[in-house]
Amino acid sequence: MADASYPTELLYHSEHDWARIDGDTAVFGITWYAQDALGEVVFFDPPEVGSSVSAGESYAEVESVKAVSDVVAPLSGEIVEVNLGLGDTPENINNDPYGDGWMVKVKLSDEGEIASLLDAAAYEATLS
Amino acid sequence: MQRDRATTIFEKGAPGRRAFVAPKLDVPEVDRDSVLPPRFRRDAAARLPEVSEPELVRHYVKLSRRNFDLDTGFYPLGSCTMKHNPRLHERVAALPGHSRLHPLQSPERSQGALELMYNLERALGEVSGLPHVSLQPSAGSHGELAGVLLTRAFHEDRGQTRHKVLTPDTAHGTNPATVTMAGFEVVKVGTNPDGGVDLDDLRAKADEDVACLMLTNPNTLGVFDPNITEIAKIVHDVGATLYYDGANLNAIMGKARPGDMGFDIVHFNLHKSFTQPHGGGGPGSGPIAVSERMRPYLMNPRIVKQDDGVFDLDDHGYEKSIGRLRGFQGNYGCFVRSYAYICSLGADGLTDASETAVLNANYLLAKLKEHGVADKLPLAFGDLCMHEFVLSGSPMKKDLGIKTLDLAKRLLDHGYHPPTVYFPLLVDEALLVEPTETETKETLDGFAEAIAQILAEAGDDPLIAQNAPYTTPVRRMDEAAAAKRPIIRQPLGDAA
Amino acid sequence: MTQYTAVTDADLAEMLSAIGVSSIQELFDRQIPADVRLGRSLDLPAGLPEQEVYAHLRALAAGNVSAEDEITFLGAGMYDHYVPAVIDMLLGRSEFLTPYTPYQPEVSQGNLQAMFEYQTAISELTGLPVSNASVYEGPSAVASAGYLARLANGKPKFVVSRGLHPHSRETLQTYAHGFGAEIVEVPLRDGVTDPEAWAAAIDGETGAVFFQQPNFLGAVEDATALASAAKDSPAVVVGQYDPIPLGVLKPPGECGVDVCVGEGQTLGNRLDFGGPSFGFFAATEAYLRRMPGRIAGETVDADGRRGFVLTLQTREQHIRREKATSNICTAQALNALAGVVYLTWLGKQGLVDLGELLLQRTHYAREQLVALDGVEALHSQPVVREFALSLPGCDVASVIRRCQDEGVNPGYALGRDYDELPDGLLVALTEQRSKADIDRLVEVLGAAVAAERTAVGASA
Repeated sequence: MADASYPTELLYHSEHDWARIDGDTAVFGITWYAQDALGEVVFFDPPEVGSSVSAGESYAEVESVKAVSDVVAPLSGEIVEVNLGLGDTPENINNDPYGDGWMVKVKLSDEGEIASLLDAAAYEATLS
Repeated sequence: MQRDRATTIFEKGAPGRRAFVAPKLDVPEVDRDSVLPPRFRRDAAARLPEVSEPELVRHYVKLSRRNFDLDTGFYPLGSCTMKHNPRLHERVAALPGHSRLHPLQSPERSQGALELMYNLERALGEVSGLPHVSLQPSAGSHGELAGVLLTRAFHEDRGQTRHKVLTPDTAHGTNPATVTMAGFEVVKVGTNPDGGVDLDDLRAKADEDVACLMLTNPNTLGVFDPNITEIAKIVHDVGATLYYDGANLNAIMGKARPGDMGFDIVHFNLHKSFTQPHGGGGPGSGPIAVSERMRPYLMNPRIVKQDDGVFDLDDHGYEKSIGRLRGFQGNYGCFVRSYAYICSLGADGLTDASETAVLNANYLLAKLKEHGVADKLPLAFGDLCMHEFVLSGSPMKKDLGIKTLDLAKRLLDHGYHPPTVYFPLLVDEALLVEPTETETKETLDGFAEAIAQILAEAGDDPLIAQNAPYTTPVRRMDEAAAAKRPIIRQPLGDAA
Repeated sequence: MTQYTAVTDADLAEMLSAIGVSSIQELFDRQIPADVRLGRSLDLPAGLPEQEVYAHLRALAAGNVSAEDEITFLGAGMYDHYVPAVIDMLLGRSEFLTPYTPYQPEVSQGNLQAMFEYQTAISELTGLPVSNASVYEGPSAVASAGYLARLANGKPKFVVSRGLHPHSRETLQTYAHGFGAEIVEVPLRDGVTDPEAWAAAIDGETGAVFFQQPNFLGAVEDATALASAAKDSPAVVVGQYDPIPLGVLKPPGECGVDVCVGEGQTLGNRLDFGGPSFGFFAATEAYLRRMPGRIAGETVDADGRRGFVLTLQTREQHIRREKATSNICTAQALNALAGVVYLTWLGKQGLVDLGELLLQRTHYAREQLVALDGVEALHSQPVVREFALSLPGCDVASVIRRCQDEGVNPGYALGRDYDELPDGLLVALTEQRSKADIDRLVEVLGAAVAAERTAVGASA
């Protein structure tokens, strides 16, 4: 498992989710802290492409052996792509939470929401 | 225990072997296609094992030797009441008059069975203080579903549609799951610092939209809620029903009764308080008892004793019945065993069972304190307990570097089944211990010493517990691998 | 102290002193408020020594007429198959009888592997890839399949064949009223589900369809046709199957059935006046994570040794709580063990042989009985082990009584559940009913019907 890290190029939601923003789309995933708290991820239940997500609300579930957690969307929009690879290798969420462990790509509906997210330092400060 | 490499029955035997010899065809044979047209026929036989009887016996006897069981050792699994299973019960349940009785045999030819069930209903009614009993539910969870559906019927009969059911945050998972299955919304009620229901939270949440409060008392923390009368009043004042999850009834038989506390519905786990063998996880039986106002909605059929002393099964005995919850009359084989238990112990014996269960639990708790274990594994709530108690492994984890799970696994090497771990969720690193009344003082002493030893050993080297167990048929299992790529049947080649 | 407790006076003194209380009563007084303490003895009889309890229970057993005491053709959901001695012996072993749910896999491999083998056997039997480790029993398994459908597609309508066991229909109704689904019943025509009414009842709002194979009247349904009628709807196709006929009948997995459930009693379990037995629950891969109940899975331990654990537990109530796939908390492990041992005892060819034997004897019995005066076949569909007769103009209960007085239980009065079949009689066979037994039934039923017709004629 990777060491604790919170890349500075990402933005964070206090419910332990990150967003990588690229114009009017963003990629979402969960933070190192979230995957560590969850333990070994065994299943990712993805949402459907085309469904909409709202900032602060759950859009998917991740499961460890003995827990189920909601995954919260940092921003609102419509899902345009899902990381189907996680079906076979959910361990990528643990091993590479900011890379192969990404979950969905979203076309943002309100770029104004971006301002409400935390930067890496601010998010890390919430963890201590 | 047996430590051979695991091979399933499907990997044994050889084509053509068999344990079964079919009775010979003694009727004139007719063309098979004329009795069952080919389009309805199976093309290839199910690939069941092909073994002789000796192979079958050896396989399953060896398998059995890979289990820990109550007859071999102490099994203080909290909330499961692993008390001794008297062997008389197996003998009487196997009498052909009970075991080969068809459930649709006419009532006049099943009088013994109906009398037994009638007597069991009366006894459970007396123990619970709620007079009307249905034996039908198959397990505690099934009894819960019955109770919540009865509640639905009760309100509907009054022209009310209520949407919410309250459950404490200490509840068994079956409670909230049942609530959803019965079409209600779960609303959680908090726990106060003494381990009981938070009355202010209850008052805030109990309104006219609440159908029921589901409670275990003593609860899963081993705490008897001293405010139970007030709780009942709050719930009844908003027109809701009060449901008693009988998982912990073994603490109070003959000492206090749910009916007297104001409960409307109670389920019994016959496999807990009334000593069914647990069978590796079933069968159980979950009868319910209810108050007068819930009676009309009970499940049919109803057992009635007529004026002439003859018993009958009345398909319409409860006029506003919620209907059936399963086939036939319930798990009769379990009724025979629990009835035998009640006959053996009688009024005083049942009371003695609960008294001794509470004595044993408190003694074990005291012994752990004596061994100095309480620093590392403090009691989560209160200073005494009912029939079980919850310890928190939080200081142990911090000070010794071993988790509750490690302690549990190391107990296996000492020949004990561990207590329930990580439940209730409210307590960090929880260890829920229920010794039951059938254990001797020597066993409790030995268990307390084993815990003390494991903690002392962890003080020297936490790795020992962290990697335990060492002496079992297998060691710690990779549960994550099992869940990631589930293999839930023996692969047998291409088909299916 | 009782025969099952062990606290001597000396123990008690030492234990109370360790706890720091003066009496057991103090433990209760300090924890239970006075106003809810019972304060009297339970109003129950005094306890009895073992030999007296045995005598009492034996006397109650003697008050029943069991399959030991008469030649019985009673079925209708539970059947008097022979239970082999190996089952008594294995289920009586403490190691299977007295543990609980395998929470600690290191010391529960026997149980867990037995579950895994059971799941494999049920998958083979049904032709469906996924099986759980069993649920309570048959009719509640049907209702649980309804809840699965409710969670899977949310559609509010269940289409139910009238050939489904009356207890299954009632149980489904009870559950469905709770979680909010409506039942539409489809009638039978010539003994099987009316195909046109069935197809007409299924639409875009249908969450699940339910039929039974063979159906309650013993008739073999065209399962493939029934399943395919639901193909263009969202409905989950649920079949309730009797496992024994699956030795000869096309497995549900090859007929388009999504979820196959049923009563497992016939697989090595005693009648026990209706329970305990087990319900089996198998499904297509799509429903793996929507299954109720326990599932065992294969894995390895820290040393790489093969072993088994409870798996996919995040479906279950102890983890997912109000969002669980079911509230069920255990399996019927001991009964399901009997099931897999029984299927192993029969073996691959044995199950087929048993099915063929039942087909032939059932055919013979139907032919012989229908040849009697006053006895007609209620339908002409193929049957495997059970068939329905009608006794026009007879009081069926009275006919049954006359037969029972001669030591033969001829079967089940269909009028108890089917108003439209007041003179119906359902006759079931197992391998324990020989040709001689069938011939005896023919003789006794013929006489009973004749006597009844005379009695009715005389009183008319």
